[in-house]
Amino acid sequence: MMKVVEGSYGIADAVRCCSPDVISVYPITPQTHIVEHLSEFVANGMLDCEYINVESEHSSLSSLVGASAAGARTYTSTTSQGLALMFEVLFNVSGMRLPIVMTTVNRALSAPLSIWNDQQDTMAAREAGWIQIYAENVQEAMDLTPQLFKISEDPEVLTPSMVCMDGFILTHVYEPVKFLDIEKVKEFLPPYRPEYVLDPKDPKTFGAFADPSWFTEFRYQQYQAMVKAAKKIEKVSKEFEEVFGRGYGGLIDTYSMDDAEVALVTMGSVVGTAKEAIDTLRSEGVKVGLVKIRSYRPFPEEELKRALQDASVIATVEKDLSIGYESALLTDLKGAFYNSPIRTPIVGFAAGLGGRDIGVKQIRKIVEKASRVKETGIEAELEIFDVKQECL
Amino acid sequence: MEDSLFAPGHRACAGCGMPTAIKLVLDAAGPNTIVASPTGCLEVTSTPFPESSWRVPWVHSLFENAAAVASGVEVALRKFKKTDINVLVIGGDGSTFDIGFGAISGMFDRGHRITYVCYDNEAYMNTGVQRSASTPFCAKTTTTPTGKMSLGNPRPKKDMPAIAVAHRVPYVATASIAYPVDLRRKVRRSLSADGPAYIQVNAPCITGWSFEAGDAIEQARLAVDTCLLPLIEYVDGVLVGVKKVRRKRPVEDYLKTQGRYKHLFKAEGGAEVIAQIQAMADANVEKYGLID
Repeated sequence: MMKVVEGSYGIADAVRCCSPDVISVYPITPQTHIVEHLSEFVANGMLDCEYINVESEHSSLSSLVGASAAGARTYTSTTSQGLALMFEVLFNVSGMRLPIVMTTVNRALSAPLSIWNDQQDTMAAREAGWIQIYAENVQEAMDLTPQLFKISEDPEVLTPSMVCMDGFILTHVYEPVKFLDIEKVKEFLPPYRPEYVLDPKDPKTFGAFADPSWFTEFRYQQYQAMVKAAKKIEKVSKEFEEVFGRGYGGLIDTYSMDDAEVALVTMGSVVGTAKEAIDTLRSEGVKVGLVKIRSYRPFPEEELKRALQDASVIATVEKDLSIGYESALLTDLKGAFYNSPIRTPIVGFAAGLGGRDIGVKQIRKIVEKASRVKETGIEAELEIFDVKQECL
Repeated sequence: MEDSLFAPGHRACAGCGMPTAIKLVLDAAGPNTIVASPTGCLEVTSTPFPESSWRVPWVHSLFENAAAVASGVEVALRKFKKTDINVLVIGGDGSTFDIGFGAISGMFDRGHRITYVCYDNEAYMNTGVQRSASTPFCAKTTTTPTGKMSLGNPRPKKDMPAIAVAHRVPYVATASIAYPVDLRRKVRRSLSADGPAYIQVNAPCITGWSFEAGDAIEQARLAVDTCLLPLIEYVDGVLVGVKKVRRKRPVEDYLKTQGRYKHLFKAEGGAEVIAQIQAMADANVEKYGLID
């Protein structure tokens, strides 16, 4: 049965269905509704877990290090400045191979202060050794939650995960969703039973220090685990579809890509808007399609090559900048293609920064600009889109 | 100590006071214990992968988060109904007084059943003797050097036990490796507290304080006998225990045996500083009733 709820409520309910043992949170806009709803579930007995209100995001993730090492299934959620404050803990968690799952609400990073959506926060954390999957809508973010617990906790993966969802656009939107059935989730996601835990009956040392004769091997294993995670994301995605009847593709998804000359590559909630724009453009005879990146880490290099090989021009649309050199997706995509025979021109659009709307009109403009590349060649590899020149 | 829960083979400096503190703490806590440690001397010297000195489960994450990590361990144990297991933090003064201060405040505030033990060697020793908020007045460190314009650390030591008491922590104590019976008793008592506990253990550092090899225990004893380190105990905010000093010694006896105070006996203004330090010791006598 479909129900109209706020996105944050949907996420909280999906987390509840995953039966976490420990939730540790610090409030920050626009993540707050998620953690408020979770605390309500605990307060009214709908969720049997230890819920701790900590004094900072640094401590929310740090406390989960302890809880996870003690064998608990652990969850937190944050955004933007909170994620930035967690930065060193992110690397620590992945290095310690703790399968913590976090709903990472996407919001711009200060300064200037902005509470609105872009994806600078998670993009800045893309090297932290966490799986990152970007949700297009609330339902996908909900459905990703049990999937990512399952993937992260897989003994061959043991890598933490972020379910990335756009702040306000998804967290605060009311839309119809299907709730997960907790009994079905329990079957899909068995209890977490780690091989090594903090246990006085079998004392183990967690978080030892490694000199140069060991460090590389730890990192190598993390890298390999992320390679394995790519396969598991595909597999678990299929399993989820079989049980719950909803599928989203694997590492990527495509839309209207048959015979597409202009291919947009994007991620997150803007995918929905882009699909609508594409429908209109297609009806006008414009051959445009879309590749939706679901998994940004691991990066779907092969899948992107396959999906994009026949396009005549590729345009990335992303909500982040790497100040000093382009933007993350544009650079990563070009890197994926460099040693392949594909020589399709790639241009990038950094759009929607700090919450500026990307509507159908903006997508049409981007497609128009990208189409021109076929005739004119690349004039600028990256365009910071929609800059008001009169304000500069 | 052959069968200590803190195994030999660790890389602490010869003559370091810290391993003695750790052995005594673990001896009192027993094997049914989980320890979280921040980054620091203890962490780097006890866990060079693939070796470990820890015969109890032990977890290290970062420099400023051990209190948060332990909080997570404690709530997980609560979820699994294993509340009989002791949860300890054992960390140095840099992580306790400075960088991990916020996390400790959070841990105290939330009321976790965790004993936080600070082995206090009064500076960042692991990184090369830089000043921390625990460094005493006019001690020389590598970031509070002495010179024409400086007599060392310009600030007095932060009063962490008072800060713990202000959090309404049910058990707060100071201890010393020179008084092992007292230290062990305090650890045991802390573990029966219904909530967080804070124990600050004075642990002399041979490298940073610069004293004669084999003198760590003697240094710790002098700190107590000069009344610079009052051994005190608070239960529910009430001062319930004070280790009496039978023969109070002048602070010079303590200062003159340590390289970090050597300048006070040579430099202009040194005598005044020694008088100020003596006044601090005298104030402790008054405040805590150290002498009968």
